[in-house]
Amino acid sequence: MMRRFFLIAIPYAWLLALFLVPFAIVLKISLSDYAVSIPPYVPQFDWAEGIGTFIAQLDFENFIWLTEDDLYWKAYLSSLKIALISTFLTLLAGYPIAYGMARAPDEWRPTLMMLVILPFWTSFLIRVYAWMGILSNEGFLNQFLLWTGVISEPLTILNTNSAVYIGVIYTYLPFMILPIYSALERLDGSLIEAAEDLGCSRLSAFWLVTVPLSKNGIIAGSFLVFIPVLGEFVIPSLLGGSDTLMIGKVLWEEFFSNRDWPVASAVAVVLLLLLIIPIVLFQRNQQKQQEAEQ
Amino acid sequence: MKRLSWFNAVSLTLGFAFLYIPMVILVIFSFNESKLVTVWAGFSTRWYAELMQNEAFLNAAWVTIKVAVFSSTLATVLGTLAAYVLVRGGRFMGRTLFSGMIYAPLVMPEVITGLSLLLLFIGIGLDRGVLTIVLAHTTFSMCYVSVVVSSRLVSFDRSLEEAALDLGCSAAEAFRLVTLPIIAPAVISGWLLAFTLSLDDLVIASFTSGPAATTLPIKIFSAVRLGVSPEINALSTIMIAVVTVGVITASLVTKHQVARQRREEMEAVRS
Repeated sequence: MMRRFFLIAIPYAWLLALFLVPFAIVLKISLSDYAVSIPPYVPQFDWAEGIGTFIAQLDFENFIWLTEDDLYWKAYLSSLKIALISTFLTLLAGYPIAYGMARAPDEWRPTLMMLVILPFWTSFLIRVYAWMGILSNEGFLNQFLLWTGVISEPLTILNTNSAVYIGVIYTYLPFMILPIYSALERLDGSLIEAAEDLGCSRLSAFWLVTVPLSKNGIIAGSFLVFIPVLGEFVIPSLLGGSDTLMIGKVLWEEFFSNRDWPVASAVAVVLLLLLIIPIVLFQRNQQKQQEAEQ
Repeated sequence: MKRLSWFNAVSLTLGFAFLYIPMVILVIFSFNESKLVTVWAGFSTRWYAELMQNEAFLNAAWVTIKVAVFSSTLATVLGTLAAYVLVRGGRFMGRTLFSGMIYAPLVMPEVITGLSLLLLFIGIGLDRGVLTIVLAHTTFSMCYVSVVVSSRLVSFDRSLEEAALDLGCSAAEAFRLVTLPIIAPAVISGWLLAFTLSLDDLVIASFTSGPAATTLPIKIFSAVRLGVSPEINALSTIMIAVVTVGVITASLVTKHQVARQRREEMEAVRS
């Protein structure tokens, strides 16, 4: 009995101390005031004064500040927009690849799987960095396009939102491909044959049979892309420009450049609130799928 | 025998070209003589030589490896424990909260995890350095480990454990002699996953590291912000090579193991 208690208590205590308690601290500091001190916020918790006075000193000033300054609204909206558009683009790029993999000869599949997973193991930072050399004004893409004569002047892509979209598609593609592939792989080919025998054209068989049956994969993949992209920091700061507003970047700058911890914490709390809905939806979808499999 | 239609062949080719060409370009241009990264000026290994003399990068690499080894090992122990508790622990108080804390870090934006841990470390007065990065990395990677391990625990036949208990094993012996060997592949891939996550991480490490401990991604990020450089290309190439060799070896080993297991099962059935 004692042993069982310890087995549960060790990981439990670790997560409480290093996952839940830090959130309580973030919440608390988001309700504090900025101050020129170390650490730069008041009130600081003091047992002597008692918890009542401490709570009385907390206020929602930082959250009101977030609603008053355009910057934060714009950053939240633009993060949402970038996350939505790039999820859609990743789906458009990922679906045909997953489809092709599911239709490939059986003996190719392990290799194709590995080719999709391999980039996921290489450093995220390096994969984003690789695009800096490709998209810059003297970069390989412009050199190539000038050489083929498609354009006569170099395009400005790096440090714009387009570069952010390309970066997101590139780095998150495996997350989209894998769930769709696993849905398509299980799809019974005879269903499509049946649809075609019953007079569907190939395209309408695809729309009426294949797409609905891979719905769960599409939903799972979209959430796996959308959720992390919403708080993305590395891609907008390396590939985006000064006008690329994303909330992860704003939080980072608020913390490291402005050293305004209370506002940074408030930004984090609001970002978390935004994420709760998609996270809950995602978990529901996963549960439904698990139940369906059983 | 299925054949690829031209549509599928084209989408696979384009897809994999998109995934791999950027890295191939990066690798090729790490051997470029010129300082200009986009103009080819002949083959040279000069940037690798300069990299090997760059004290700051070597130190950062050493810190990164230390952090990755410690945090992934700790995360594997804690994550396996957590998975075992989740799958085999039955009901206990606060189980929902526990499983929530296992899954939440997987979808948490890194900036939030980093910020919250930093505020904790400052709150309890812990100096930021290797220790704080290890604690931070262990916390998020143990959740990945526990997801990998619990999927294996769910799928394996519980009667094997029960048989061991019936035959006189203590619970600890049954775990060591039966459960652990069966879930070992998942534990190993969990460790590998935790190790790469730690090697890769920029955001959480930036929040939780101090001036005394800079990891490689932090170093790379601050260099890359100033633009593309051939030295970073060389460093990236080395990292890509290490990962590629690692992943291919791991998959060959698993393939071999699976084949052996199958052969043993076949023999067991025959005899």
